[in-house]
Amino acid sequence: MNWMRMLVMAKKEVMQILRDSRSLMIVIVMPAILVLLFGYGVNLDQKRIPVYVWNQDGSQQSLDLVWRFKASEYFRVAAEVDNEKALARALDNGDARIAIVIPWNFDHRLQTGGRVAVQALVDATDDNTANLAMGYAQAVVQSYSANVQVAWMNQRGLAMQAAPVSVDTRTWYNEDLESSAFIIPGVLALVMSVIGAFLTSLTIAREWERGTMEQLISTPVSALEIMFGKLIPYFVLGMGDTVVAALIAIYWFHVPFRGSFGTLLASSAMFLVVVLSLGFFISVIAKSQFAASQIALLVTFLPAFLLSGFLFAIEQMPKPLQVMTHILPARYYVSVLKKIFLKGTPALMLYADLIPLAVFSVVLALLATRSFHKRLM
Amino acid sequence: MQDAAIAVNGLTKRFPGVSAVDGLSFAVRAGEIFGLVGPDGAGKTTTLRILAGILAPDAGTANIAGTDVIRLPERAKHALSYMPQRFGLYEDLTVEENIRFYSDLFGVKRAEREARGTELLRAAGMLEFRKRLAANLSGGMKQKLGLVCALIHRPKVILLDEPTTGVDPVSRRDFWRILYELLAEGVAILTSTAYLDEAERCHRVALLHQGRMLFCDTPANLKTRMRKNVVSVASTNPRLIRMHLERAQGISSLVMSGDGVHIVVDDAATRIPQFTAQLTAEGVAFESIVQVPPTIEDLFVDAVESKGAARG
Repeated sequence: MNWMRMLVMAKKEVMQILRDSRSLMIVIVMPAILVLLFGYGVNLDQKRIPVYVWNQDGSQQSLDLVWRFKASEYFRVAAEVDNEKALARALDNGDARIAIVIPWNFDHRLQTGGRVAVQALVDATDDNTANLAMGYAQAVVQSYSANVQVAWMNQRGLAMQAAPVSVDTRTWYNEDLESSAFIIPGVLALVMSVIGAFLTSLTIAREWERGTMEQLISTPVSALEIMFGKLIPYFVLGMGDTVVAALIAIYWFHVPFRGSFGTLLASSAMFLVVVLSLGFFISVIAKSQFAASQIALLVTFLPAFLLSGFLFAIEQMPKPLQVMTHILPARYYVSVLKKIFLKGTPALMLYADLIPLAVFSVVLALLATRSFHKRLM
Repeated sequence: MQDAAIAVNGLTKRFPGVSAVDGLSFAVRAGEIFGLVGPDGAGKTTTLRILAGILAPDAGTANIAGTDVIRLPERAKHALSYMPQRFGLYEDLTVEENIRFYSDLFGVKRAEREARGTELLRAAGMLEFRKRLAANLSGGMKQKLGLVCALIHRPKVILLDEPTTGVDPVSRRDFWRILYELLAEGVAILTSTAYLDEAERCHRVALLHQGRMLFCDTPANLKTRMRKNVVSVASTNPRLIRMHLERAQGISSLVMSGDGVHIVVDDAATRIPQFTAQLTAEGVAFESIVQVPPTIEDLFVDAVESKGAARG
């Protein structure tokens, strides 16, 4: 290993990155775009679900109930209509995710001490939103119902508390129950998959495709010097992007950061070695830029997106998928990220994630060094 | 050969279905330009790649400047320079940056790089293009830049794969002038070419066909070695001449050129009157019919065709 030649390779690689506007865009813009996209765009909290109301009754009591829907932060009363057709159309074209029908005898039945049912029509194409909407609607109606009950009994001289038993909830780690706090730390894993695997997967393949590799391997530069020379610039860029993404998360989205920055950098470095090695390995075997980039996305980006616990909790996946996640380095990195950001878990208690991550980085780095030879066949 | 800069013995490389190189042996001295001539698929590129240490042969030995390039390719690479057939430099770097990259890889000192680089660029007529991106160079300029990068570290052995294919005549002349100047430095040059006229500029040439060597000699010797004669029929319509003479007696091969037809015959003295009579009788016009000294092209075509005939 000749350090001078490795630096010569690295310098050449940097010049090429700086002149390639596509790579440069990915390096500079991608981290910010991904963090902003997931910070603003992906919101698992359902707030202000559009609701249509058909109030057949029109009494003071029924208006009270409608007002409760209006006051709830989970609903937005998009329109009040007076026929079933309008309701059906709103659900069809997505103007409403849920429709509430208050029957014409609502007030009368309540006054006479009878039971009355309020109808809820739910668009269940997105079952997650449908479940939430039904739950929220039930909560609104139940609390209204309890009030009506208390008022009714009080009228008749029977003293009654509003609700005898209640749950007093404290949410830890993500006090405001913001899904962005849960999602954004994991975006760092996506950023690195793009910078690390996607960009490096192009480097070796590009040299084969453009015919520059044939001349390069006829010089005394060694396979290791080529590999390190090519990966070091991306390592530096990847670490830079990690810091940028972390800063946006902390200062723009106010995601709590309770762990140590040192642990963040160390675990990021390990994950970066994993994705860089994978990208390099893919680049060596693929030999065409297109094939390499497709494989890289398939092997790193998609699993990091779907199976790492970044968006979807691993515990809720089917058992076989849960088992599969253990061979995904991204799983351990995302877990570390969430713990560092939200819980502030000290490095020593992260061994269950850090040890597999370290093993993966060593194994894959060795695989990458073994894969590349200065030979044509 | 004791002082051979390149020594190849029994070199063999098989690819699935074909033998690209089949028992090839030759040697090139320091200060010599050696040409590998042959059609596509003759094994020229495979031979050069093996000698450049980037392809492992199935059998045989090869020495580059005294180093066994098959066992110790990385050591041999310090002494050699290889220019692949396809442009192998970085199009997104400038002329100067490419030169710098290759000289840095070989550990050439800065002062040496400046002096040698300037000298080579001047010889190539490219001094004013130092800051230009390689992508924006013409085909000829690209090849000359390739040569400059290949020579910057003063290699002992230079391997060139069809270096002047697709290169304009002016650049081609520059290219050969630089090569000849290098010989004084004691460099050994092995070049492949599809241009037979270029082969005649080499000190010695080897004619390759289907991975085997047909002949290896100086261009002059090869020509005298050819016992057959070559008759040139000048005509504005060579196609017509070929149609009429194709089946005539005593012809072993026939090649069309721009200004007529080259016919390899057993004996020019008897065939010229015979062809003249036949063409006149059949009413085909032609400008002249004379015996000419054989070119390597004649020799090559004849060698390949008579081999084919012997097999067929």
